[in-house]
Amino acid sequence: MKINLNNREEVFEPDLMSITELLAAKTFTFKMLVVKINGELVKRNEYDHKVVKDGDDVMVLHLITGG
Amino acid sequence: MWGLGSNCAVALARCGVGKLVIADYDIVTLQNLNRQYYFHDQIGRLKVHALRENIGRINPLVKVKAFDLKLCVSDVIELFAGCDVIVEAFDKATMKQMIIETVLTQMHGKFLVTGIGMAGWGKSDIIHCRKSDQLIICGDEVSEVSDELPVLAPRVGMVANMQANEVLGILLNDFRPLQSEE
Repeated sequence: MKINLNNREEVFEPDLMSITELLAAKTFTFKMLVVKINGELVKRNEYDHKVVKDGDDVMVLHLITGG
Repeated sequence: MWGLGSNCAVALARCGVGKLVIADYDIVTLQNLNRQYYFHDQIGRLKVHALRENIGRINPLVKVKAFDLKLCVSDVIELFAGCDVIVEAFDKATMKQMIIETVLTQMHGKFLVTGIGMAGWGKSDIIHCRKSDQLIICGDEVSEVSDELPVLAPRVGMVANMQANEVLGILLNDFRPLQSEE
């Protein structure tokens, strides 16, 4: 599948991936995250079953301390 | 109102943004003065009161509503429901996550301008701004504060002013300058 991840086109082998699988594939290991699929926030307890598919627009934001 | 909030609020006040709602529970310390918009003689005062005073000295026409409290989900919804734009200016990642989730899920259509990643010095070129619908992210998204990487005035000021700039972009979206000649 081809998705738009953080405003960049990326291709992944599977046709469907859960958020958890996508984060693992990208080796995103941050604990504090905000994830949106097609503009909609995905809650943390939905990461295992919320599915990303071809053409989706995905935003993964790493929250880091400082301000 | 730490490095992001105090500097962003002052920039907006200088531009004539007439109503600001600020919230914080902290007091000004000597260690804050390397980046936050307070003065040495304000050490020990509540930040929201000190900032309201500083804004008043810059632009007395600005109305500042100051809330001395530690924001929780219900406060965010209640205090900022009437605002056109919300500026996220927390230091802790957990609080940044809280306000982003709150605004995206419970305040639909509200603009939220966040500051994420600004510790250290140099590396001006990696500070950026990106948008995802109503969520606007300013910062380098990588530089986390630590003992080796403090937050300092120049970079936090860059991100705070970038946030203010994005707020103006939203507020002035429909603005058309008066034509001086036909």
